[in-house]
Amino acid sequence: MSNLRTPLSQVKGHGSAKEGTSHFWVQRLTAVGMVPLVLWLCFSVASLPGMSQLEIRTWLSGPFTAVLMILLLLTGLFHAKLGLQVVIEDYVGNHGIRTASIIALTLGCALLAVLGVFSIMSIAFAA
Amino acid sequence: MAWNDKRPMSPHLQVYKLPLTAYVSIGNRVAGVINSFALFMLVLVIASAAGTPTDSSTILWLLNSWLGMLALFVFTFTLYFHMCNGIRHLFWDVGVGFELEMADKTAKVSIAVAGVLTLITWIIASAS
Repeated sequence: MSNLRTPLSQVKGHGSAKEGTSHFWVQRLTAVGMVPLVLWLCFSVASLPGMSQLEIRTWLSGPFTAVLMILLLLTGLFHAKLGLQVVIEDYVGNHGIRTASIIALTLGCALLAVLGVFSIMSIAFAA
Repeated sequence: MAWNDKRPMSPHLQVYKLPLTAYVSIGNRVAGVINSFALFMLVLVIASAAGTPTDSSTILWLLNSWLGMLALFVFTFTLYFHMCNGIRHLFWDVGVGFELEMADKTAKVSIAVAGVLTLITWIIASAS
């Protein structure tokens, strides 16, 4: 048992990509970031006088709200992407459908991130 | 292919009485999926608010309907529940709280804390 690497891995000779714990680590990092952001979001929305377009715009136009909301969307969408990816990997058996689902998930989260950040900025800059 | 083996099968979901920790475990994953949906909705609400009043009417009307309020209530609980359980997982990640008794206790605590935070949030919401 001096060498635990498989014959295929020895032939390919690539070694480890050193990225084995990246998914796990970023999942935890974003989780830690989400704790204060989720508390802020829930209590801020609860404190809003109402949720008409004007009230939402007034709330989001403040610099602290805008910045925290951008942080929340980016951190949250990254966390959601990683989490939903694991759910897909666990429950979707067909390799093609699984890969297609993960591609759609990644692109969808990127789209929502850009849509969210752009919308917050346009509200903040219009105020 | 039919199952021909007559020997008893070990923990089978339909006959095995799951412990609380197992329900909290799958509940945490379900809550995570619901929270993802909540986050997607949040982006749509913000994008609607950024548009002209005509663009935003449908989503904001839905948000302010009874269905929107019910969704917000569910999201409040699932967010807090996933947050409390996430903190529980972070302790596990550094090797703390794996004992069966402790895991059972923290499962109950995370449900209770999530419930209390949900109530406090909605008391604030109804007061403002």
